[in-house]
Amino acid sequence: MANNSERGSDGPGRAARIGFGLFWIYVILYFGFIALVLFRPDILSSRPFGGVNLAIASGLGLIAAALLLSVVYMVACRVVESPRGERR
Amino acid sequence: MLYESSPVAIAIFASFVLAVVGLSFWLGRKGQSAKGYYAAHGEIHWFINGIAFAGDYLSAASFLGICGMIAFHGFDGFLYSIGFLAGWIVALFVIAEPIKSLGKFTFADALDAKYNSRGIKLSVAISTLVVSIFYLIPQMVGAGDLIVPLLGLPHAVGVILVGIAVTLIVVTAGMVSTTWVQFIKGSLLVFFCGVLTSMILARGLTVNTGSLEPQTRSVTPEGRVLVDGEPQTRDHDLRPVGTLAALPERYGGATTTGPLGPLEYLSVLEDSRIVTWSGKKLTDASGSHTVYTPTERAGTDLLKPGGYFKGLTTGKLADKLDFASLMLALFCGTASLPHILIRYYTVKDAAAARKSTVVGIAAIGAFYVLTLFLGLGAMTSGALDPTSTNMAAPLLAKSFSNTLFAVISAIAFTTVLGTVSGLIMAGSGAVAHDLVENVLGIPMNDDEKVRCGKIAAVGLGIVAMALGILFRNFNVSFLVGWAFNIAASANLPALVMLLFWPRTTKEGIIAAVTVGMLASLTWILLSADTFEKVYGLSRDASPVPFSQPGLVTIPLGFIVLIVVSLLTKAEPKGKPA
Repeated sequence: MANNSERGSDGPGRAARIGFGLFWIYVILYFGFIALVLFRPDILSSRPFGGVNLAIASGLGLIAAALLLSVVYMVACRVVESPRGERR
Repeated sequence: MLYESSPVAIAIFASFVLAVVGLSFWLGRKGQSAKGYYAAHGEIHWFINGIAFAGDYLSAASFLGICGMIAFHGFDGFLYSIGFLAGWIVALFVIAEPIKSLGKFTFADALDAKYNSRGIKLSVAISTLVVSIFYLIPQMVGAGDLIVPLLGLPHAVGVILVGIAVTLIVVTAGMVSTTWVQFIKGSLLVFFCGVLTSMILARGLTVNTGSLEPQTRSVTPEGRVLVDGEPQTRDHDLRPVGTLAALPERYGGATTTGPLGPLEYLSVLEDSRIVTWSGKKLTDASGSHTVYTPTERAGTDLLKPGGYFKGLTTGKLADKLDFASLMLALFCGTASLPHILIRYYTVKDAAAARKSTVVGIAAIGAFYVLTLFLGLGAMTSGALDPTSTNMAAPLLAKSFSNTLFAVISAIAFTTVLGTVSGLIMAGSGAVAHDLVENVLGIPMNDDEKVRCGKIAAVGLGIVAMALGILFRNFNVSFLVGWAFNIAASANLPALVMLLFWPRTTKEGIIAAVTVGMLASLTWILLSADTFEKVYGLSRDASPVPFSQPGLVTIPLGFIVLIVVSLLTKAEPKGKPA
């Protein structure tokens, strides 16, 4: 299976491991936000940055974080998959 | 509300649709191979594919549904935006590259790559069809909603127009035309939503008291529509709603802010007072009556969670679980949607699949940020139709000009075309490639594979039209939530475990897909929402504790796969099953 892939039943490769790491970072951010919505909505009503409340700031932050992590992943994969990176 | 069509609106709308369909005919002028029809020869550039991802994914639910939900209920609509985007993290980091390496034309190819099992192909093809059909319903409902104010035609005509246009797009050039339609639609949608947001910020916020008298829309047993007891006409109709009652004190009694920056806009709105409207339905011997009443609320209340998901404020456990279940399904569902997964077969390799996903996340993320401003802009535009949450974004555009309304409606219509064509492509592949060729074992040459796919596309187009007419009274975001639940429950456990658990067996995959699909479907059919909105029964009669099944059925899919795989014998490596 997936001989030409870096991941598969034989275990994840280096790029895939980076992907997993970034995935779990986002899982913590996303479900942390959901937990706040569910159990401490009062915190999300606060306005620590002045104008915009924490609910909107965290929502916009989650969207920005998704883009940031995906760019980090793309750059990391390029480094790992370059001839020098592959030699490890 | 009754709407009057304008010749300019019709001309802009017709030119958009004709251009899109014309492009499909132009792309489809050459003969096609099966690889061309189902996977665009695997030669689509990663950037084009990335924007096409946005065109495929940003459906009527994203544009019409989320804007409407924010306009009527505030922050909670934005939770859908957050969940829809988060799903792309699973797609990028977990699914994108392996699925590209494993598959050929369809999602079933990928799940079956290791086993060559008819059972897997059958169960995955059925789950693809079920998910695609559930996803098709809200798109078609949205199309019908758009046609009513734009062309002044009945809802059903809009549904049929979309059905015909999409079937033509898919039948002419398959995945090639579908990709380009989605690319154009994705680009136009993000660009024009950006333009509309700039106009909202430039206009700022203005106090508009309007009339706060309740309004009643009645439908008599004979089918006559009355507004406040008199027959509904253009001169005697429901008033548009959604106004700003007061600006923050720091404006010293001024009635307008002038242009505002994005964060300033959110901050001023939060300190303002806003009038929102809600409807309550009553039925008696004289017919059904919906009474729309205004409520003046503080902006701080509208911009915090709990406006739509009532369980977030009441503290009832079942309501909290319902919300958690929806957010889990949105997170897990994206990477399980067959019409998104088949887009990975249109690029040349795994690196291109990864790059196109990143482009898709950038375009989709930008759009979801804009939905917040579009929804809040509509909330205070004084242009909302109290009877339709789905019309908020086009009516917001109408508050600027009729031409912008026509352009935004035409783009919304192409939004539906782009997504529906992707769904019909996925369904067509499931029928022709998975069911007819692989499960039934009917041998087909290249031309026959393409012809079979096209016949399936026509059949799915007809089914889509019928469902769009039947489900016309639903909010489209709500309906898409169901599709995400079924996709995540049926497909994600099998996909993830196949990729990352070597002990997975073909029996485990078949069981997980079948149980996940049936369990989520059954749960939805027994849910309180379905009892109330589809069967017209009391919510209390529902036997399931909350409406969104994902929290139970996604883990169930994983458990079933693990148990069945442990109970069955894995095939020796390298030997076909």
